[in-house]
Amino acid sequence: MIRFEDVSVVYDGASSPVLSHVDLHVPEGELVLVVGRTGTGKSTLLKCVNGLVPHFTGGTLSGRVTVAGRDTRLHPPRELADVVGIVPQDPLSGFVTDMVEDELAYGMESIGLAPDVMRRRVEETLDLLGLADLRHRPLLSLSGGQRQRVAIGAVLTTHPQVLVLDEPTSALDPGAAEEVLAALQRLVHDLGVTVLLAEHRLERVVQYADRVVVVHGGGVALEVGLPHDIMVTAPVAPPVVELGRLAGWDPLPLTVRDARRAAGPLRERLAPLADDAVRRSRATLHVLDGEVALTVDDLVVRHGAVPALRGVTLAADRGEIVAVMGRNGAGKSTLLSTLVGLHVPASGAVSVGGEMPSRLRGRELIRRVGLVPQEPTDLLVADSVGAECTASDRDCAAVAGTTRAVLDRLAPGVDDSTHPRDLSEGQRLALALSVVLAAEPPVLLLDEPTRGLDYAAKRRLVATLRDLAADGHCVVLATHDVELAAEVATRVVVLADGEIVADGPATDVVVGSPMFAPQVSKVLSPQPWLTVSEVTAALVVAS
Amino acid sequence: MTRRTAHALGDRALPRWTHPGAWWVWALGLATAASRTTNPILLALLVAVAGWVVARRRPDAPWSRSFVVFLRLGLVIIAIRVLFTVFFGSGVGEHVLITLPSVPLPDWAAGVAIGGPVTAEELLLAVYQGMVLATMLACIGAANSLASPARLLASVPSALYEVGVAVVVAMTFAPQLVGDVARVRTARRLRGRPDRGVRAFVGSVMPVLEGALERAVDLAAAMDSRGYGRTGPVSRRVRLTSSVLLLLGVVGVCLGVYGLLDGGTPGLVALPLLVIGVLAGVTGMVLAGRRSIRTRYRPDPWALPEWLVSVAGLLPATVIIAVAVTSPDSLVGPVAPIAWPALPLLPTLAIVVGAAAGVVAPRPPGLAVVRDLGPAAVTLEGVAA
Repeated sequence: MIRFEDVSVVYDGASSPVLSHVDLHVPEGELVLVVGRTGTGKSTLLKCVNGLVPHFTGGTLSGRVTVAGRDTRLHPPRELADVVGIVPQDPLSGFVTDMVEDELAYGMESIGLAPDVMRRRVEETLDLLGLADLRHRPLLSLSGGQRQRVAIGAVLTTHPQVLVLDEPTSALDPGAAEEVLAALQRLVHDLGVTVLLAEHRLERVVQYADRVVVVHGGGVALEVGLPHDIMVTAPVAPPVVELGRLAGWDPLPLTVRDARRAAGPLRERLAPLADDAVRRSRATLHVLDGEVALTVDDLVVRHGAVPALRGVTLAADRGEIVAVMGRNGAGKSTLLSTLVGLHVPASGAVSVGGEMPSRLRGRELIRRVGLVPQEPTDLLVADSVGAECTASDRDCAAVAGTTRAVLDRLAPGVDDSTHPRDLSEGQRLALALSVVLAAEPPVLLLDEPTRGLDYAAKRRLVATLRDLAADGHCVVLATHDVELAAEVATRVVVLADGEIVADGPATDVVVGSPMFAPQVSKVLSPQPWLTVSEVTAALVVAS
Repeated sequence: MTRRTAHALGDRALPRWTHPGAWWVWALGLATAASRTTNPILLALLVAVAGWVVARRRPDAPWSRSFVVFLRLGLVIIAIRVLFTVFFGSGVGEHVLITLPSVPLPDWAAGVAIGGPVTAEELLLAVYQGMVLATMLACIGAANSLASPARLLASVPSALYEVGVAVVVAMTFAPQLVGDVARVRTARRLRGRPDRGVRAFVGSVMPVLEGALERAVDLAAAMDSRGYGRTGPVSRRVRLTSSVLLLLGVVGVCLGVYGLLDGGTPGLVALPLLVIGVLAGVTGMVLAGRRSIRTRYRPDPWALPEWLVSVAGLLPATVIIAVAVTSPDSLVGPVAPIAWPALPLLPTLAIVVGAAAGVVAPRPPGLAVVRDLGPAAVTLEGVAA
């Protein structure tokens, strides 16, 4: 269905090719997962499929890409619209109309289908993706998962044989991600659509894949194989796979269900160790000096007339890492914004380091509390890393070189002349984090820090956060990433509809929760294990 | 929807979108009527009619909340008009209300006066003239609230389609730009920089524009991938002819409309110009439309309700233009001497007929705008326990 023959892509002005001599064949009806670090050319690979590379992006493509027998050299993207549907990373950026139904029809109108065909296909697609209730809704009023499903539906109506998705679940909470993946699963099984899917969150998708393509970048050939085979040797793998490797299960389980079925003996071995290990992990994590870093008392915040937070009460000490979880729109981001004074409370009190953040300005504020927003680039202003560091030193009146020193600690080896946009996601996060940390705020807030991060970058982030907490920072992170929360959080707070519904040690809150439990916990429940490293440590101590 | 159900009127009809073109014809009709009278009663009646129809047939969508904004804008215009008269008025009239200290101006500024006596006649005239503009704005506002801009552009002829898309995209960009500005301001605050005032504004222009540009590129890629701009084959001669005809049409329509609204131009010149312009334009569009292979999903039908809505708007315009020729006095708000304005029977009736649009048009489909956050299946009781 999709065939890459000796494809190389060089962008204008680039010294080395993004893709070199790629050969790949995706047969009809397969769901192929594309993994690889940021900056290795995954997106370029995806965009080659419908000819956006090179027709739209520029650059030079040598070799040949054919989709359903059509050569992308001869067919620009619009001529391929009826065979390839491509869903961009941020669905909102690709919407052309303002209503769900019109959006579904847009592609069909462009290729000139007859009205009765369009009517039928819109209805079919609404049913297929469970969008029937939303048909008359404005696109802007939809939640993240709904938008993603509409974006998929919008390209499906032209009946493409190939569907290409770029990180469809990266911005979604676990529930919404499952919605989207279930819809994809259905397309592959019932309609025989060929799906090419790039995703960092392997734990969510690897179980659905027929084959995995690893893009190494830097001129190294693609690695293609069955998920089981790739996962045995993959340097980065979802927790369930790592647990399987640790326990020596064969075949390697890819799903929680498979792992659970194989986990009987492991559970027995771990049972006597559980209480002891939990106590130890809590003891190591609670190295608190008891100094209160922030307090929130009966906080109400409204967006217009809509209450986003209804009576939230929370306190956190220095040395704590608090994970704030909850579905999209539950008020996580609002809570963080209020803590840096971006929202003025409608009632209740917020205090960070003894001051009300919304009354603080400039340096007063950034010396007390720092926020790394969801999109770290928002925080960056300069056009090179060096200039960014200088600007940051000036902003917080620090000694020249402060920011650079922090950056070197978090992500060594970033060149001063690089444009922040050309950094990998992990490096960019590190840069934004350095900018914030240069002012040495005792309270550090992170909004969705793992969005778009690969496992390696995530591991570095985990280490960084632990160091910061050990230095006496109070870290609060809003996240959908249950694995991250399980890994670093000393405390988990669950928000729903602007209210705190659970607040306690990570072990108590996430174990047994269908949404927020990490994979290890799902496999080993009811025992209170959260991460592979905990299990490893316990087994090492026992033997 | 079958032809017959499309013809059903008012509340008896199934809820459906009334053709946006019909609402615009109706609203422009009312606006034309407003432009030809300064009689405050008639103007107030026009606003009332527009408001009543909006209240009855406004869909529950983000873009349909603009009527009130237009009304406020109208009030601002009246206020500005009055203030100008107070400060720069010439003081014509008998009833002096107040005398402001006047500022002596050099000789070369003869004819301009600042301050001096303010008369009731002058003020009243200012209010009436302000009301004309405010009423026209209210009519445009009504059309904006009743007809979705996206649906209007979807029903433009295929020749204009690509222009239409550009406009839709621009319209969706405006709210996103507001979001960008907020984001950049947030970032400035987080960096400890000033987030208010001139310096903050200057510092945030570049990032906001950068963001907008990036989104434009994303959108263009998405549209290209979805088949935007696929064309069918068409000969060079047809292309040229259609361009010339379109140009002629635009010029003709502009001159004709100006002539009709101006009132100084004889109707005998203006009307034929308008007709010729429209004919040339339509022919040009049909020719140009041959290039496009686009089809329309659920085009809004133009059935009986649409005809009636259009007539309900055109009738007041026609009657008032006719009355303006035969007995112009009744349409003028009397200023010198100050008197209670007359209530001319025929124009009043015609305007009231304009309200029929709110009765004959079908109700719009209900739009649930309640934010539904996906499957709320997160069993949090389990978590809390």
